[in-house]
Amino acid sequence: MKKLMFHGMILLAWMVSASPLAVAGDAIPIGVAGPMTGAYAAFGEQLWRGAEQAAKDINAAGGVNGKKIELFKGDDACEPKQAVAVANQLVERHGIKVVIGHFCSSSTIPASEVYADAGVMQITPGSTNPMVTERNIPTLFRTCGRDNQQGSVGADFVVNKLKAKSVAIVHDKDTYGQGLADAMRDALHRLGRKEVLYEGLTRGEKDFNALVTKFKSVNADVVYFGGLHNEAGPLIHQMKDQGLKATLVSGDGIVSQDFVIAAGGPAYAEGVHMTFGRDPRKIKEGEEVVARMRKAGYEPEGYTLYSYATMQAIAAAITATNSIDGSTLARWLHAHDVPTVMGIKGWDAKGDLKVSDYVMYRWNGQGSYEEVPQP
Amino acid sequence: MIVGMAPEIVVQQAINGLVLGATYGLIAVGYTMVYGIIGMINFAHGEIYMVSAYLTAIFIATFQFFGLAYLPALLAAVLAATVLITALYGWFVERIAYRPLRQSTRLAPLITAIGVSLILQSYVRLSQGARSQGIPSLLQGSFTLNIGPHGGMIHITHVQFFIIVIAFLSMALLTFLMLKTPMGRACRATEQDLVMASLLGIPTDRAISTVFVIGAAMAAVAGVLVSLNYGSFDFHIGFITGIKAFTAAVLGGIGSLPGAMLGGLILGLAESFFSGFVNSDYKDVFAFSLLVLVLIFRPSGLLGQPQVAKV
Repeated sequence: MKKLMFHGMILLAWMVSASPLAVAGDAIPIGVAGPMTGAYAAFGEQLWRGAEQAAKDINAAGGVNGKKIELFKGDDACEPKQAVAVANQLVERHGIKVVIGHFCSSSTIPASEVYADAGVMQITPGSTNPMVTERNIPTLFRTCGRDNQQGSVGADFVVNKLKAKSVAIVHDKDTYGQGLADAMRDALHRLGRKEVLYEGLTRGEKDFNALVTKFKSVNADVVYFGGLHNEAGPLIHQMKDQGLKATLVSGDGIVSQDFVIAAGGPAYAEGVHMTFGRDPRKIKEGEEVVARMRKAGYEPEGYTLYSYATMQAIAAAITATNSIDGSTLARWLHAHDVPTVMGIKGWDAKGDLKVSDYVMYRWNGQGSYEEVPQP
Repeated sequence: MIVGMAPEIVVQQAINGLVLGATYGLIAVGYTMVYGIIGMINFAHGEIYMVSAYLTAIFIATFQFFGLAYLPALLAAVLAATVLITALYGWFVERIAYRPLRQSTRLAPLITAIGVSLILQSYVRLSQGARSQGIPSLLQGSFTLNIGPHGGMIHITHVQFFIIVIAFLSMALLTFLMLKTPMGRACRATEQDLVMASLLGIPTDRAISTVFVIGAAMAAVAGVLVSLNYGSFDFHIGFITGIKAFTAAVLGGIGSLPGAMLGGLILGLAESFFSGFVNSDYKDVFAFSLLVLVLIFRPSGLLGQPQVAKV
């Protein structure tokens, strides 16, 4: 009996010590979650490449307080249900305390509940829906802007630069897409304009000809699309096929070479406008990293450097606090600015960036995008 | 709603609907023929269509690499090669997943169908990658017509025109095959009564294989046409299109060949007109409500034969 007790005590002691031990080893486990497969895998790859490169660079420089960063990949395929499953898996099986991700707002929001319950700090490099940071989760941050800011820039451009008379707004009925379309609509109303059409299309479909003809029937001269490249591509393709002269304007959901492919080539993508943060590849602090990634044969487009910067912020917080406790890290990040490849970043009480810098880009005939010059 | 719309918009929406409906109809043929002959729903059919889209891209690249530049020849070669290989896929799927289960419960082949569909999807995703793929626009340009009192312009791209022509040609060819050839007779006999047909010396296994091959071939025609039209595709396109085509087959009367085409056209037109003149948010709701209504008043679909229990 005594012996049994003894073994029981040992077992208990082992169980109690096991969980912190697993984490307090010589590696810091960090999750990277996003659409690694599925139709939006291009964005998952951007997040993964950025985080991977940052982890490699930090580890090569001696790690964080002498510990190496170890990355765990989580694939949500941009599906809310899978996002929750992946979040649970990262937290329970891999014991991560910090996660970079997710990408789609519709995945980030449900997954954030899991992370918040587990005290995990979450920083999304790409979810721009306002709701992400509007739910008072102290351990949630983002390194990108918000769709209401994006909508304002878009509306200002459409009204003042393109001098549009009738604007049609279309979205993909998803959290991100519809949120962006709503932001655009609100911003238009603030400028005293009213959209001529506000409708949703179905994600996964390819035929939007009926909608395109409808643009024609309402004489739209600008079509604003809230959604991702897989639908934006066929949409502009069919607009051009039907001889529509309207300009397509969209947001940061089409910042990928895959948009050109989905559109059917640079000739179709040409002239499409989109809002995105000031090109992170052109920020001086990041020059060296960009050069290194290009040398390795990867063009750090879209959200790649956002993900890199996110990893740097996490590393800075862990170094300063010498802790991997989610709320300790979060408190530090709320109070301190961090130098990153995208310049110095600081966060407000909600977890949004203090400064966001949306500008308008235009896809050119060579299949790449350039900033529209400011007057 | 349509009253008061400019005539060119109405005509344009009709063209949009016809093109969409023609592709639904081509894919629906596969569902309806397989159901007609062995009474099962081949849920892997949408993925066969998806595979054919990838094959289209592969063959265009291959033939262009070997210097086939003359456009009609290139299109014909791509169409023939894609149809051939996709038909092989159809034959294999029947052979591996359905024939061994022919004598088992009705649910077993349904489950293997879903299995095959997952396997094909994952296979394409792993071998070709999850990203969208594109093909060069081979057929560019469009016909424009001026109609109506204000000379409103309508656009029919060459590809859309090509889609309608090829869709109707292949439907005509298929009808001829089924009605006028020994192969078609064997298929129809098997459809009417499998046991009796085999007692009379008709190779029923071969007839069933033929039906799968024909279904896959028609899906391949749709795959080539749709890829040319939209210029891009991914491993996931089979799902939504498959469901829509299946709906078209049920709407037209599952088991009926002309019903599949009719169902496809009605579905395409309904979607197009509803999203064009009412609201695109609810076009699927409208299409499926239409299906429900048709099934309430005609449970076996528009052109379907009511199932008579064979005693």
